[in-house]
Amino acid sequence: MPTTPLEVYFPVLVQALLGVGLALGLVGASSLLGKKLKNKIKDSPYECGMAPQGSAEERFSVKFYLVAMLFILFDIEAVFLYPWVVVYKDLGMIAFVEMAIFVILILSGFFYIWKKGVLDWSQISRIQRK
Amino acid sequence: MPANFAFPTEAEYIRFLPETILILMGTLIMVLEGFAGDGHRKGTHKVALFGLFLAMAAACYAGSNPGPAFSDFLLVDGFGTFFRMLVLTVGILAVLCSPSYLSRERADSGEYYALILYSLVGQCILATANELIMVFIGLEISSIATYVLAGYLRDDKRNNESAIKYFLLGSFATAFLLYGVAWIYGLTGSTNLAVIRQYLQTSATADPALVGLAAGLMFVGFAFKVSAAPFQAWTPDVYQGAPAPVTAFMSAGPKAAAFAVFIRVYITAFDGIAETWLPVVWVSALATMVIGNFAALTQTNIKRVLAYSSIAHAGYVLVAVAAHSQIGTAAAMFYLASYVFMNIGAFALISHLSRQGERYVQVNDLAGLSQRQPVTAALFAIFLLSLIGVPLTGGFFGKFYIFKAALDSQLYWLTVLGLLNSAVAAYYYLRIIVVMYFHEPGHATESLEEPAAGIRVASLVAALAVVVLGVAPSLLLNVASRSSAIGR
Repeated sequence: MPTTPLEVYFPVLVQALLGVGLALGLVGASSLLGKKLKNKIKDSPYECGMAPQGSAEERFSVKFYLVAMLFILFDIEAVFLYPWVVVYKDLGMIAFVEMAIFVILILSGFFYIWKKGVLDWSQISRIQRK
Repeated sequence: MPANFAFPTEAEYIRFLPETILILMGTLIMVLEGFAGDGHRKGTHKVALFGLFLAMAAACYAGSNPGPAFSDFLLVDGFGTFFRMLVLTVGILAVLCSPSYLSRERADSGEYYALILYSLVGQCILATANELIMVFIGLEISSIATYVLAGYLRDDKRNNESAIKYFLLGSFATAFLLYGVAWIYGLTGSTNLAVIRQYLQTSATADPALVGLAAGLMFVGFAFKVSAAPFQAWTPDVYQGAPAPVTAFMSAGPKAAAFAVFIRVYITAFDGIAETWLPVVWVSALATMVIGNFAALTQTNIKRVLAYSSIAHAGYVLVAVAAHSQIGTAAAMFYLASYVFMNIGAFALISHLSRQGERYVQVNDLAGLSQRQPVTAALFAIFLLSLIGVPLTGGFFGKFYIFKAALDSQLYWLTVLGLLNSAVAAYYYLRIIVVMYFHEPGHATESLEEPAAGIRVASLVAALAVVVLGVAPSLLLNVASRSSAIGR
């Protein structure tokens, strides 16, 4: 059993060193081995994303938020499914029923956004629906 | 799997039945809304009402077999059942006065009612929470739904302002609460209220100053939710900007639930260190009453008048908390019950009087209301008289029991200052009555239609409750006294 603070926190120290080392190693390796392309787009912080500079008051589509919320919906479901799977055999039928209730609740949320047209991204089909 | 693990018994599921019903009915409304697609579906409010009555029956049934549930996470006792019934009543009254308002604003959709039901889930959890994590979860469920409701008319600037202010400040306050919970867990090793209480009473290892600090951090969170000074600044803006039926709901339900959990946490868990937090509550009670009443004097917008009045009323309830006795708890319960009816009744009538786009929300817009619609004026007058605390209304006995409890606990100064405050408050309530009864009708009252059926029912029920509480207060006070023994 670890007793002194150093022993207790030694794994944390190792993990911190690993994390820092991995980050430095990857960045260092890519700067040593990689090709050096220099142009305006390559130098931007998010090479393939949105333009990182501009007015802060710019409006962008609400779909971004909807996708983020959808992600959370299924993310949470997955987070709860993992521990459930691990202990499923010990818990038996009642665990199955409880998880079924949970999944049905999630699915009714999914059904709601589907029917509301959140997954319908093209303009034409939206107009056709109306 | 731990050796002492056991699935919850049937009785424990029954103790959680009101919340289960609310969740299922809210989800049912969302699914129905999905079937309706983009078109607006009328009648979802009936589903919501049915769910609320069902939940009330379940709360009664759960209360008939009191006890803990889910490893002591919830404690269904008289106190919790009292507040469950109270917030569900708030829900019913709020749902009743919503359909006419929403169809007037062309925002008649099921999500609104689903959000009210979800918010009530949080409030029911708050009423019975016996554990700090449940307190936090209940507070969040209740608040997040209310944030959305405050900005429900999303094309309306005032709604947006209201929602964003409420959301930003509310999440900040909840962070303080959570930080306090973390401190308490670090100091006592538990989040269970009874265990914390026992630890603080028997063990000398917890530094009282640190525990006091943690209790103070949690006080910030609770004081925000009940709009107690110095964390009341959001209240007028949020209440003014939100749709009137939503203001009715959130000035009553979340507030009563937050007071329930505030009283339960401080009387149960922090009873042993009462001498550290009682002065804070004392000062906050006085500041809340003074700020609420004096700021209301200069307001011309009727929603802001009632918002400041709602701050002041939180101050009166804090007086009962400062009394720190079982009588004080019973007085707070009685006061909150009568406050809920008079406040929701007043806001129900405002949602009728304000007209489309809430154009007429100035005090002067009520000029001559008694000549155009004598019944509406009379009902509004009943609510205002009860808010003043005139005898034969629930507000009178509410204040009477609170100041009696304060006197019993030797809080003489607080009682005197509180009574002086009530006298100040009479001015701004009476001003509204004078405008309604003695001013010549203006153009605002001329175009007024008859109130919708839902608003009529909600305001009549609320007025009836206010009068019954004023004529026969013992009906409710006996229940409150019986259920006020918490933490013992």
